This record gives sequence, C-alpha cells and structure tokens, in this order.
Amino acid sequence: MSENKNSNGLLGWIDARFPLTKMFEEHLSKYYAPKNFNFWYFFGSLALLVLVLQIVTGIFLTMHYKPDGGMAFASVEYIMRDVDWGWLIRYLHSTGSSAFFIVVYLHMFRGVMYGSYQKPRELIWLFGMFIFLALMAEAFMGYLLPWGQMSYWGAQVIISLFGAIPVVGDELTLWIRGDFVISDATLNRFFALHVVAVPIVLLMLVVMHILALHEVGSNNPDGVEIKKNKDENGIPLDGIPFHPYYSVKDLVGVVVFLILFSVVVFFAPEMGGYFLEHANFVPADQFKTPEHIAPVWYFTPFYAILRAIPDKLLGVIAMFGSIVVLFLLPWIDRGKVKSIRYRSSAFKWLLAMLVISFIGLGYLGALPLTDNRTLFARVYSIGYFGFFVGLWWISKNEVTKPVPERVR
Amino acid sequence: MSKVLIIVAGLLLPTLGWGAGDGHTFPDDKIEIDWDDKAAMQRGARTFTNYCLSCHSAAYSRFNRVGEDLGIPDDLVRENLIFTTDVNGHKTKVGELMKTTMTPVYAEQAFGIVPPDLSLVARSRGVDWLYNYLRGFYIDDTREGLGVNNGVFQNVAMPHVLAELQGLQQPKYKSVTDSHGNESEVIVGFEIIKPGSMTKSEYDQTIHDLVAFLDYLAEPYKQTRINVGTGVLIFLFVFLILAYLLKKEYWKDVH
Repeated sequence: MSENKNSNGLLGWIDARFPLTKMFEEHLSKYYAPKNFNFWYFFGSLALLVLVLQIVTGIFLTMHYKPDGGMAFASVEYIMRDVDWGWLIRYLHSTGSSAFFIVVYLHMFRGVMYGSYQKPRELIWLFGMFIFLALMAEAFMGYLLPWGQMSYWGAQVIISLFGAIPVVGDELTLWIRGDFVISDATLNRFFALHVVAVPIVLLMLVVMHILALHEVGSNNPDGVEIKKNKDENGIPLDGIPFHPYYSVKDLVGVVVFLILFSVVVFFAPEMGGYFLEHANFVPADQFKTPEHIAPVWYFTPFYAILRAIPDKLLGVIAMFGSIVVLFLLPWIDRGKVKSIRYRSSAFKWLLAMLVISFIGLGYLGALPLTDNRTLFARVYSIGYFGFFVGLWWISKNEVTKPVPERVR
Repeated sequence: MSKVLIIVAGLLLPTLGWGAGDGHTFPDDKIEIDWDDKAAMQRGARTFTNYCLSCHSAAYSRFNRVGEDLGIPDDLVRENLIFTTDVNGHKTKVGELMKTTMTPVYAEQAFGIVPPDLSLVARSRGVDWLYNYLRGFYIDDTREGLGVNNGVFQNVAMPHVLAELQGLQQPKYKSVTDSHGNESEVIVGFEIIKPGSMTKSEYDQTIHDLVAFLDYLAEPYKQTRINVGTGVLIFLFVFLILAYLLKKEYWKDVH
C-alpha cells in the first residue's frame, strides 16, 4: 500500500482500498512526458477521444437499431427521422469512423517519422498495430449494419477474398457468412462482433498500448530518451507532468479537432460520398449488383494493392502483406537514430515515397479500374513495399546527423 | 520540407486528372434548391402525392412529419396530400408512414419491377439527376406498352406519368465522334410534339418543386442540422479561445 499524505476524507478512504491517487499520479500528474511534443503528438489523445465517442454514440444507436435483414435499413432511417436527435447520433458515429482512421493514420505516420517503434518501444508499436487491425475489423463489420447496397456488396467482395485461400477458402467464406450469400445470419453475427466482441478487444489493447507507453515513457520529435537526464529527485530534466501540462495542451487539440469534426457532421456528413456512399442510401438487394463497388476510403489503399495484382491469391497475399509488413517495422528498421530530424536524406525520400504511394493507392482504390489506373496502382504498390525494403537496406549503415544529448 | 511537399503533390497529380468521361445523357442541367422556400416544397409535396405516391412509396417518412416540417396543418394534409388507403380501405391516417396502396405483387405484374421507394432517392441519385430524369422522357415507339424512353435512364420501366402536364416530346439527334473514333447518335434537344397542360417553363418549375420536395424528404432534418451546427461551431470557437489561454497560462513556466 502506498504511503499517502492525506489519508483522511473520502479520498483517503478510497486510497486505503483502491490505488486511485496512485494511479492518477502514475499515469497523469507524475507521468513525465517530454516537453517538446509538437503537432503530431495530438493524435494519440484524439484517437482516445474518438474511441469514447464511438462507444457512446454506438450505445445509443443499438437502442434503436434492429439487426435483422428485413428491418435494418428501415431502422437506420427510423433513427434518422423519428428518434429525437437520432440524426446527430448517427452522423457522429458515421463521421467518427472516418475520423478514427484519419487520426490513427496520422498517429502511425508520426510513429514512423520519429522512430517511435524503435527499441525500447517495439511492444507499444505491436499493440498499436493490433489496435489498427481490430479497428479495421470493427469498421468493416460496422459498415454492413446499415444494410445498404454498398454495405452488402462491399462485404460480399471482402469476404469473397478469403475464398482465394487454397483448399479451405470456400469453406472459410461459408463459415464467416453463415450462409451461401451475405444474409440475415451474416448481419446478426456482424452485429454481435461489432458491438460486443471487437470493442472489448479494442479497449483491452488500448489499455495495454498505454500501459506499455507509460512503462518506457514517450518518445519525442528529437528521438532523445529523456530518462537519461534526470535531476536529483529522479525527474527527467526535459520532462513535464502530463497533467496539467499536456492535459491543457491536448484540450486545445481536442477543440480544434471538434471544430473540424463538427464541420463534417453538421455541414457535409456524406463528405461528397466518401464518408457515406451514395449507393448506401439504397437498401441491400442481393439480386442487383451496383455498377461500381468501392470500399470506404480508409480501406482503399489496401484494396488498390489487391486489384493491382492480376492473380487473385497473390493479390490477397499482397494486401494482407501490406499490413503484416507494418507489424515488422521495428525489426525492418535497423537504424539507431529515431527521429527524421537526424536521419539521412535517403530516409526522408523513402518516407516521402511511402506517403505518395499510400495516398495514390487510396485515391485509385476508390475508382473503377482502367488500364491506366492499374498501371499507376502497380507503381504505387511497388512504392509502398519499396519503403520497407529500402528502409531495411539503408538503415544498416545509415549516415546520420549527431543526435543532441537533450531535447531542443 | 516544402520541397518534398511540392514533389509529393507533383507525383500525385497525374492520378487526379482522370475525371468522369461517362456516357452522354440529356438533359444535363443543374438545379438550385432554396432550403427556405417552403412554398416550393409544398407544391412539390402535392405533385408527389398526386402523381408519384400511387406507385412509389416513401415509407420512411410520415405524412404529419412532412406537414409539420413544411408548415401544412394536419387537416390540410388530410385533404390535399393523403389519397392512399390502409388495408381496411379506410383513408390513411395522418401519422402513418407514406406507403403506397399498390401491392408489390401487383406492381411487379404491371411494370415487371416493384417501383423503388423514394424516401432517399435524392440522396442516392442526387438532385440534378432527378431534375433531368423527370424532364427526360421522350417518344420511343419501339418501347412496347410504354411508348416512351428516357434520355437520362435508358429503357427505364417507368411510364411517363407526367405526360398530361409536360406533353410528349421528340428527341433531336446529333452524331458525335468519341476519342476512340466511334461515331454515335446522341440526344441534344427535345421538341414538344403533343402539348400538355403546361408550358415548358411551368413544367420545369413543377419538376423543380418536386425535386426540392424529394430533397427535403431524403433528409428532413437538414435545416436543423445546419442550424445546430452553426451554434456548435460558435460555441467551439469561444471554447477554443479559452482553452488556448488556459494552455498559455500553464505553459508559461516551461522553457
């Protein structure tokens, strides 16, 4: 039990029974974060905010939604029209899913830029990658629930990918769907997974992600370990308590985020057909395939990689490979210097190539195929994987700039 | 950093160039919808319930909700907008969903397809598409039983329900050559052969009002959404100032 100065009152009573003050200090008021966090360090706390938003709005949606092939579409419209503030709850949730990916992609990019996955933070990165994976599953299954045409056919396309796996493929797709086509059975199980199973996994992983982070401490834009330089009390010289310094700073980030988020929710909830696809305003019809099936924007980079490869199985392997390779990043990068600030220009060019390829793939993945686009998708796919190959290559004997002793 | 950004933009540019280049449709006009023009929506609601609701449903919407949003009292809704009956043959109640009287089985026999629900058609098709589609019917004797085709939606199963208003029009063709060198005939204009009860501009206005109503119908809370959003943004901007000042105050002693 921790020694506590104020063992009186309610807090004292609780602290004698539960480590409330201890936890508050460990993770907030005495968690020392580097004082030089920049713009890119807002996205971690924002991801947490969006997670809470999705859970809260999701709870209210489940109060009115009906996971039934015959009623799902109508129940969403019921929420939009007849439920008090239902439209707001639904738009918050639908915009929230896109916002989640924007925030998470930027958060991951930050990690790559400043080498936050490098020793000793490999596990933080791995937990983070599992969060990303869970998030993709969560988003994919959630997208089926409105039971619109794009929900239905998007799910059809993605699930059929598993059919490319040799021997067990067909059995596997049947097992996933619970039927020979996407049907009420599929909708029901996706609902269960979306509202119970995956969120629990996600929350657990988020806790592990944060615990691992607080164990080793945060990286920073200089890639300097602040724990190397401590004062006589064992407090890092370049560290400041997360609370109140970063809680008030993140509050500013939260409000800026909410402004941008509100602009979408209230003024462009469809976001030109990218956040809510036009075809999804037509109820699912298993006899009518839409002219053009495109996944929601956050899956399009991976989808473009799949389509860039002529062979279905190889395409599926490449698509999953493009995610698996991210898991291996801490071991692909053999460099000792973390931050882009002190890395070689080769690293900067590689990173630029990754960004171009990823955005290019994302753009192409949303469009119908043409020869020209397939060609570009192949170039960008090579660019995407090229980053990892190139990084492994250059990081062995990378010529870097001297890293400062302290943060700047 | 900025040099890299310019190169990034440059390398993405060729991807962005490929726009639509879809098939030619006619008419191809744009529609402007004034969200405060409730009178237009009321007229549109009238056209809708008179001409559309007999075959199409708008089953996610309720009559009295339409009345409430467009400023039509319940008794006027009953008199002017409700022409359908329930299963017992009684006039549909004002709080009911806007379902059609036609059964799916009957519809399938009559048209070969069940006419789609129109609650969300403005969101799935877009208002410009609707505006052009409803003005795009023309005489086509090859279409048995219908006698019309549509310049926006070729071989659509829907008859020209509004022919008594618009009249019947004949297309004017022009041959064009596409980028692959293929020549084809495309519609470039219409000529009224058999006049209806309305002039062209009156008909266009009627369709404009109808589409305005459909746009409302697809998202009845749109005006609320924008009003609430404005308030939310004002609040957030004020909050931003306070949050920023708070941050500045706390960070004074961080060097």
